Amino acid sequence: MKTIVSRIAWLWILPVVLVAWEVSTRAAQAVYFPPPSVILARLHELWFSGPAAHVFLTDEAAHHLLPSLGRLVAGWAGACLVAIAAGIALGRSAVLCDVFSPLIHFFRSVPPPLLIPIFMTMTGIGTPLQLTAIVFGVSWPVLLNSLDGARYVDRQYLETCEVFGISRFRRLTRVILPAASPKIFAGLRISVALALIMMILSEFIGSTEGIGYRMLVAQSELDVPTMWTAIVLLGILGFVLNAAFLRFERHVLTWHRGARKTD
Amino acid sequence: MTNARKALRGVLGVAGFLLVMEALGRTGIIDPYLIPLASTILTGAARLLTNGEFLSQVGVTLSSCAIGLLLAVAVAVPLGMAMGTVPAVERSLRPLVEFLRPIPSLALLPLAMFLFLSGEQGKIALIVYTSCWPLLINTLYGLRDVDPLAKETLRSFGFGSYDVVRLVSLPSAAPFITTGVRIAASVALIVAVSVELVAGGDGIGVFVTQASSGNRRDVVLAATLWTGVIGLLVNSLLAKAESRLFRWHRARAGEEAL
Repeated sequence: MKTIVSRIAWLWILPVVLVAWEVSTRAAQAVYFPPPSVILARLHELWFSGPAAHVFLTDEAAHHLLPSLGRLVAGWAGACLVAIAAGIALGRSAVLCDVFSPLIHFFRSVPPPLLIPIFMTMTGIGTPLQLTAIVFGVSWPVLLNSLDGARYVDRQYLETCEVFGISRFRRLTRVILPAASPKIFAGLRISVALALIMMILSEFIGSTEGIGYRMLVAQSELDVPTMWTAIVLLGILGFVLNAAFLRFERHVLTWHRGARKTD
Repeated sequence: MTNARKALRGVLGVAGFLLVMEALGRTGIIDPYLIPLASTILTGAARLLTNGEFLSQVGVTLSSCAIGLLLAVAVAVPLGMAMGTVPAVERSLRPLVEFLRPIPSLALLPLAMFLFLSGEQGKIALIVYTSCWPLLINTLYGLRDVDPLAKETLRSFGFGSYDVVRLVSLPSAAPFITTGVRIAASVALIVAVSVELVAGGDGIGVFVTQASSGNRRDVVLAATLWTGVIGLLVNSLLAKAESRLFRWHRARAGEEAL
């Protein structure tokens, strides 16, 4: 109980910053920094004042927010699954690993945004572009990390499997995947941030819907509070994704920390 | 011996990839109009090396990345030092950091386009914002790793807290900070070209936009190729510097920390 109270007490900085922001922007009449109260009001009005049947989402939110989220999650999850599978398959073979590593390292180093103009000429504007951009951005770091993780599995574990005649499938799910998982998660963590970047950028450049698109429209219309609502939404999205990811990681990797402690 | 074999396999992999792409293009399985032939892209890439326009745009992007990174180091490392050595500062600022860090930097791009009259400044501001987080987190992480015995020893010999930071904390956090720089550098390049693609100005992103609006896919891909090579070089140079400068660190912490 006491720890919870003291933990909440250490959040004092957040209200202080909000109040300081409110007071200073009102005093300075800053054009590009509307006070938080204005942003919150606009946030409610524009996105969350819809009917209860639609979970309070307005038409605007349904039109821009949901497609963004759907593409983000679908693109990210699809790319990660494929990249993890491919990475583990490659990582289990020393030859394939050596053959493909330089290529993967290279593709990992290409800033994915540069390919959006090329993707756009192939897919046109819209959902396929967003999906392609997210998939390309996410795949390489996940692939590289899964490959690395699968490559350096303790030989003793594998030899033990062999001695006990454990099937290949069980060896994969019980030994290789767990051994590679800390590395895989390191790749996944980078990929969450990259997926967000690629989502926003591909919506800036080639879309007629989505949070990024709505934000750029607000910017061109000099509608500063609406632009800020998009910043807040994207911030919340980043925060929630990050927190969910960390929780998931902690859940999955508990055994890892435990195993390390007893060493 | 094994290294030579590894390198040979890598070369074979790259050559094989290029040959397959070339064959797919020539047989028409991949429309060479959509993705130009590998040979076209490679000759295009060779030609870019003598293209003054391209080289100067690369220079613009790289220099904004470098300036942004330097500014980020100047902001994030002292802040990390303050947070890492004074627990009250850390606990007060931590919630703020946890709220600001996940905001995707590109979400701030429209705001930056308002705030900064020159696109160059806006770009650098976003690079600073993005690069600060890995630097800050790595500095904090490094300071947690400082040997308490060394600090206590210095204190008992009458050194002040400034000297403790200078002589013990900073050197032992240095490898982590360099890792932070390496991570920040790769993100900085991504953010820089993104800003150039959206907001224009100067840089590789602008070069690519112009090439693609002239429907020169070969030039777009050749420029992308060089950018990938630059990213690869910067990353491996920094990694090499890391392992050379901090050999003692690797010996102590093992491969894992890197």
